[in-house]
Amino acid sequence: MNLNATLIAQLVVFFILVVFTMKFVWPPIVKALDERAEKVANGLAAADKAKADLAHAEKKVVEEMRKARESAGDVRASAEKQASQLVDEARAEAARIIAQAREAAEAEAATAAERAKEALRDQVANLAVAGAEKILRKEVDAKAHADLLANLKQELQ
Amino acid sequence: MATGHAPTASEYIVHHLTQLNTSGHAQENVIDWSIINIDTLFYSVLIGALGLYFLWRAASKATSGVPGRFQAAVELLVEMVADQAKGIVHSAESRKFVAPLALTVFVWIFLMNAMDLLPVDLLPRIGEMFGIHYMRVVATADLNGSLGMAIGVLLVCLYYNVKIKGASGWIHELFTAPFGSHPLLYPVNFLMQMIEFLAKTVSHGMRLFGNMYAGELVFMLIALLGGTATVFGFVGHVIAGSIWAIFHILIITLQAFIFMMLALVYIGQAHESH
Repeated sequence: MNLNATLIAQLVVFFILVVFTMKFVWPPIVKALDERAEKVANGLAAADKAKADLAHAEKKVVEEMRKARESAGDVRASAEKQASQLVDEARAEAARIIAQAREAAEAEAATAAERAKEALRDQVANLAVAGAEKILRKEVDAKAHADLLANLKQELQ
Repeated sequence: MATGHAPTASEYIVHHLTQLNTSGHAQENVIDWSIINIDTLFYSVLIGALGLYFLWRAASKATSGVPGRFQAAVELLVEMVADQAKGIVHSAESRKFVAPLALTVFVWIFLMNAMDLLPVDLLPRIGEMFGIHYMRVVATADLNGSLGMAIGVLLVCLYYNVKIKGASGWIHELFTAPFGSHPLLYPVNFLMQMIEFLAKTVSHGMRLFGNMYAGELVFMLIALLGGTATVFGFVGHVIAGSIWAIFHILIITLQAFIFMMLALVYIGQAHESH
C-alpha cells in the first residue's frame, strides 16, 4: 500500500465518469421513468373515470327503462280508453241506425196497411152497394145516394 | 519469477501484490508522487468506460413505453440509487449532481471489485506473455484507487459546504461546532472538524481498500493451496475457492453499496448546518 500520483489520476477519472453519467446517463433514464409514471397515473385515472362513466350510464339506462315502461303503460291505457270509446260510439251509432230503420219500416208498414184498408173499404162499399142493389132489385142511383155511400164508407173506417 | 526457479509462497504473494508502475520496479517509498500505477489506472478507466457505456446504451434507448429487460435492469439500479439519494440528500438541486455521482460510484466500484472474481493468475499470466511482469487487476485493492475516490467525495463535500452555507457560514461552523460558540472553544472545535473530515475520508477509502485487498489476498492463498499440486491441495483449492468466490460476490456488492451510501451520507451532512 504505497501512495503515489495514481491517486490524483484516479480522482480526475472519478470526476470525468461522474460528469459523463450526469450528462448522458442519468437524465434520459430518469426522464423515461418519470414519463412512464405519468402515463401509468393517467391510465389509472382514465380507468377510474371510465368506471364512473359506466356506473353513470348504467344508472341512466335503468332510469330510461323505467321511463319507457311508464310511458308504454300510459300509451296502452289511453289506447284502451280510446278503443272502448270507439266501440261505444259505434254501438250508439248502430243503435241509432237500427232505430231509424225500424221507424222507417214501421211507417211504411202503417202506410201499406192504410192503403190496404182504404182499398178494402172501397171494395166493402162497392160490395155493399152491389149487395143493396141485389136486395133492392133495382139500381141504386149512385149519384142520388152518393151521400149515403159516403156515410157508409165513413162508418166503415 | 524471471530467475527460473519456482517462486516460494511469499515470493508469489509479493509478486502479485506489486503494482505495474512507471518506475518499472516495486515502489520503495511509501509516498512517491513521481510514480503512477499503470495497471490501476488502466483497469479503472477501462472498467469505468465499459460500465458507463452499458448505462449510456440503456439511457440512449430509454423509452417511457414498455422497457426491455436490459432497460428494466438499468432502471431498477437507477431507481434504487435515486431513492437512496432522495432519502439522504434533501436538496433536489444538489441531487442532479449527487445522484448520478452515487450511481457512477456504485457501478464503477462494483465492476472494479468484480475483477477479484477472475482467477488471480489469469490476467497477470497473460500480461507476462506480453512482457508485462507485474499486474494487479483489482483497482480498488490499490489504496490509490479507493482513496482517490474517497478524496473525490471529500471535495464534493467541501464544495457543497461552501455552496449551501456560504464561505463565511462554513468557516463560522468550523470554529463553533460541535461544542459551541465560545472563543476558548474555537481551537477545539476546529481540531474536531479537521479530525472528522480526515477520519471520514480515510475510513471511506480504507474500508473499501481493506476489504478488497484482504479478499484478493485470500484468493492468492487459496491459489497457493492449488499450487501445491497435491490431491489435498487441488480439492482444497476447488472447495475453498468456490466458497470464497461465492461469499465474495456479497462482499463486492456490499462494499460498492457501502461506498455509495457513505458518499451520499457525507454529502448529505455537508448540506446540514450544525
